[in-house]
Amino acid sequence: MKILVCIKQVPDMESRFKPDSAGVWFSDTDLAFRMNEYDEYAVEQAVRLKEQLGGEPELTVISIGPDRVVEALKKALAMGCDRGVQVQDPAAHLKDPWQIASMIAAYAKGENFDLIFTGLQSQDRGSAQVGVSLAELLGFSCVTTIVGFEFADGQVTVKRELEGGIKGVVKLCTPALVTCQLGLNVPRYPTLPNIMKAKKKEILTVSVGDLLHEEPRTVTASFHPPAKRGSGVVLEGDIAAQVDQLLVILRDKTTVLR
Amino acid sequence: MKTLLVGECREGKFLETNYELFGFAAKLGADTAMVLVGREDDLPSYGGKVYLAEVGKYGEYNPDAHKKLVLAAVEQEKPDYVVFAHTSYGWDLAPRVAAALKAGQLSEVVTVVEGGFELPSCNSKMRRTVKPQGSPAVLTLQGGAFAAQKPGGTPQLQKLEVEAAQSTAFVGYEPAVEKGVDLAKAEVIVSAGRGIGKQENVPVIAALAKALGGELGASRPVVDGGWVAHGHQVGTTGQTVSPKLYIACGISGAIQHLAGMKKSGFIVAINKDKDAPIGEVADVLVVADVMQFVPALTAKLAK
Repeated sequence: MKILVCIKQVPDMESRFKPDSAGVWFSDTDLAFRMNEYDEYAVEQAVRLKEQLGGEPELTVISIGPDRVVEALKKALAMGCDRGVQVQDPAAHLKDPWQIASMIAAYAKGENFDLIFTGLQSQDRGSAQVGVSLAELLGFSCVTTIVGFEFADGQVTVKRELEGGIKGVVKLCTPALVTCQLGLNVPRYPTLPNIMKAKKKEILTVSVGDLLHEEPRTVTASFHPPAKRGSGVVLEGDIAAQVDQLLVILRDKTTVLR
Repeated sequence: MKTLLVGECREGKFLETNYELFGFAAKLGADTAMVLVGREDDLPSYGGKVYLAEVGKYGEYNPDAHKKLVLAAVEQEKPDYVVFAHTSYGWDLAPRVAAALKAGQLSEVVTVVEGGFELPSCNSKMRRTVKPQGSPAVLTLQGGAFAAQKPGGTPQLQKLEVEAAQSTAFVGYEPAVEKGVDLAKAEVIVSAGRGIGKQENVPVIAALAKALGGELGASRPVVDGGWVAHGHQVGTTGQTVSPKLYIACGISGAIQHLAGMKKSGFIVAINKDKDAPIGEVADVLVVADVMQFVPALTAKLAK
């Protein structure tokens, strides 16, 4: 069995974001990058499936972006993926979700994957499109937002998370693609021996020109903070003073303090 | 300008939230038609055209057939925009329709602006203005971003039928986990988010809840991480609450959490990140380390 996991490297979401010089995405300066949270669930689930099948499946992890994305690939390799693929693209942030999906599809076409795991969405762009578009391009069956995954006798059974906490149980045949949601699993921390082992694993580099044959279908005009910030009171400074100020406000505005 | 609105039916019922799609179309000043996999005896309150496919025949989750049904309606209507709600149904189906139409898709539209649509990015801390190239374009709308509007009337029905091979098989629904704690009755809720750092810090938040005579709430990551039981979860996949006072401790404010608590009477957020989206709904934002501020507040209340 051949499995592909698609991951993106994103900034820490607690960062302060500033527009880049073109004003269409954030400036990379001073940002710390990590693997997109939803993609960690995807990597973990793929590794668990490999373990369930006695180590037989071959796990490839792919990421598109500048050279820093190799760090995210190395983490996935340390978690248990077998080989990495970096699509080298310093301008990945200018590609729309359709182009990103088409590039992964162009890579995956000749590889005959049986299963593809992606995150539900990226934390920075949040389009939730790449996984589904990739499945459409490859003709794979596809289910999004999974919080449960089982594989038995060549069939995949997943639980989809729906609004209100109910779940939809769906069966699908391979080749299949699933997009992973928070709650699917708790991703492992790579152990030191596995980090060392990962250093010996292959990371293939592919150039963006070899895979990109599609024009963008959407164009970003600007990247900016929301126009309306909250209208609330902001308390900053010394903790004791903040506590006193808050209590004054709560006594004035609410009836819950006795 | 013309919009084709894609309605959603869940457990046999036409969802009230579908009316937000009409609110959006009204904001654009666009003509409307709706396509719905639903039931003839539960139709929208709308006098325009509704392309209806029987949910009994096609099922509620059958993306291959639903895609073809939407495409059949697109072919007849030739809309400028095909519009979905950004829900588990919409974000699953919209990219399939967009791929088939070779159309651009904009996800989770929050507002219409000059030259395009605004979409949230970076966990809602930032916005992008994005334009689709060409027509039609596919849009999904953030829940609550556009006020619901009931056009009223009785639809002009046009039945749709398609043949579609099925690559997925829907087995059934699994009910939500029992609630346990009924947060809906609480006057005060103090909720713990990922910003509290670790499970060992949960009692510190619970102590503040107790000091205020309230209940402990939690955001989703805290529940999924096993720090707090699911019965305490506030948000789209947990409980929707509206206490007199809601205190969010170390909660960044994902849209799913905000949807569950933004109707609270008074909202206090404690967060070290001044730009966290929780600030958009907070009456008071305390910019502080939650593990320093909360014990100080609890101690002062005890005096």
